Amino acid sequence: MARYILARLAFTIPMLLILLTLVFVILRILPGDPCLALLGGRNVTPEGIAQCRELLGLNRPILVQYLDYLGDAARLDFGTSVRTGLPVTQELLLRFPATVELAVFGMLGATLLGMLSGVYASVRRDQRADHVIRVLNIASFAMPVFWIGLMFLMLFAVRWRLFPAGGRLDPVAAAFFTPVTNLYTIDTLLRGNLYLFLSSLHHLVLPSLTLAIVVSGFIGRMTRSSMLEVLDREYVTVARAKGLHERTVIIRHALANALIPIVTVVGLQFALLMAGAILTETVYSWPGIARYLLESISSRDFTAIQGAVIFIAFFISAVNLLVDVLYARLDPRIRF
Amino acid sequence: MLRLRRDYLLISGILIVGLVVSATLLAPLLAPFDPTAPTSGERLLPPGSPFYMGTDQLQRDVFSRVIYGGRVPILVALISCALSLVVGTLLGWIAGYTGGRLDRALSLIMDAIYSFPALILAIAIVAMLGPGLANMTAAIAFVYIPTYFRVARGQVLAVRAQEFVEAARALGASSVRTLLRHIAPNTLPAVMTVPSFNIADAILTEAALSFLGFGLPPPTPDWGFDIQNGQKFLQSGFWWLITFPGLMIILLSVGFGMIGEGVNDRLNPRRRRLA
Repeated sequence: MARYILARLAFTIPMLLILLTLVFVILRILPGDPCLALLGGRNVTPEGIAQCRELLGLNRPILVQYLDYLGDAARLDFGTSVRTGLPVTQELLLRFPATVELAVFGMLGATLLGMLSGVYASVRRDQRADHVIRVLNIASFAMPVFWIGLMFLMLFAVRWRLFPAGGRLDPVAAAFFTPVTNLYTIDTLLRGNLYLFLSSLHHLVLPSLTLAIVVSGFIGRMTRSSMLEVLDREYVTVARAKGLHERTVIIRHALANALIPIVTVVGLQFALLMAGAILTETVYSWPGIARYLLESISSRDFTAIQGAVIFIAFFISAVNLLVDVLYARLDPRIRF
Repeated sequence: MLRLRRDYLLISGILIVGLVVSATLLAPLLAPFDPTAPTSGERLLPPGSPFYMGTDQLQRDVFSRVIYGGRVPILVALISCALSLVVGTLLGWIAGYTGGRLDRALSLIMDAIYSFPALILAIAIVAMLGPGLANMTAAIAFVYIPTYFRVARGQVLAVRAQEFVEAARALGASSVRTLLRHIAPNTLPAVMTVPSFNIADAILTEAALSFLGFGLPPPTPDWGFDIQNGQKFLQSGFWWLITFPGLMIILLSVGFGMIGEGVNDRLNPRRRRLA
């Protein structure tokens, strides 16, 4: 196992290097001067530009900039935000837990929705329920994330007032609450405040459901096809012949064996989940890294944009690594 | 050719896409009002007559904006998909055919791009290039290159090993000729299943980009941007501003998704049973 993880890590490094280079090319070599953008065209003097380029280190040879950039990325040092004057790393770490919390709950919801609908569709294969689920699946990844979010807000928050319209906690109670890890569902429990814990869950429902719907389609599809592969295997027939309850056959015998491709799909959908998170965070004013990236773009905070994109790249690579390791654990046939 | 029972997805997909695209093309004939000019009606009128989908805060007719609003997304999605199809497939052919170090390098680069969320990459590109039609198209085209690359490369690897390729080589065909005349045409059926799904994705990415404000400047009608505009009035319950443009995005994207599923079903009957 340790050897497998090491081998997989060795593969992650060139991948990360390429991603970092890609980000560098996009941010430094593509046309568009960050200084010109930063100063926003308002009485830009050549001296001002020169000073700004000096400050951001953009006047050095491109190769030096590149090596420096890689070094900074390796040390997770993303410089100082022009907008807030704080280290970008610190700002990112402060917002990261919010994104993690949203992603985890979104993924849980998606897996639950996807697996339930997929198993049901496979059991009812070619019947009406199966067709309906199939069309719903196609629709689920054809819906714009931000639109689902806005619809939920309009119905559940504005019209029926069942859920809050944004944020992570009840604003009044939150004023007396100091976070520990910034994962509010955990922090509120650590503080032993049940009311705030429920409030944090309450705030999570709509955003994570929005994310879950987008991702559930892929999981549902994979679950269905993976279930159909195993449902006509002999061991399923044997299990039925033994007189086991149909539910036991489906869950213990079929689903357990259909699980590996499903886990892979869940892992692969992570990039989609992050893309969804950027929109979900925007719609629900969720203070995560995706929203930080957008705020930095609109205030043309170049160092923060760069930091946020690299951070997301790191995060994705880490999750992919984790999924692969999990995959190897689940399937004893995968050699390491 | 097409049979209603078997190809219900393909047929309904084509119908939906045809409907939306022709409405967009015929917008000057269908739209009752100028999409960018204020009408004589009041601001923020709910749907009714003569404003079937109500009016927005600038007294513009939402129905006319919705009909015109498909022009930018459809144009951007089609052009960007064509671009990524050409570039991705060519690179995939070259990588798969030459193999070796070039193949490994290209594959690694493509895998890296593929692993990164397309929307975030597109946002980063547009943020640097600046908003606008051409930049948005370029960004979307770039992020979908790996999708075509992977399919084309995989197909080349499968086809390359077959006897007729060896026969062509034995007859003295050059590598370029072998690739273009013998291998490439056989990869196209698989490659051509990608665009309809890809266009559906590209439409969503375009909508997201213009929702986030990276599209064309107002007053150009564009579904994504109009939804962002409607978001400001969400708390007041003016539902028609966001509902209708959103439904159009879904309709178009579902349509292309159904075409993709239908085409896949026809090309791969086994998959039909399973997927």
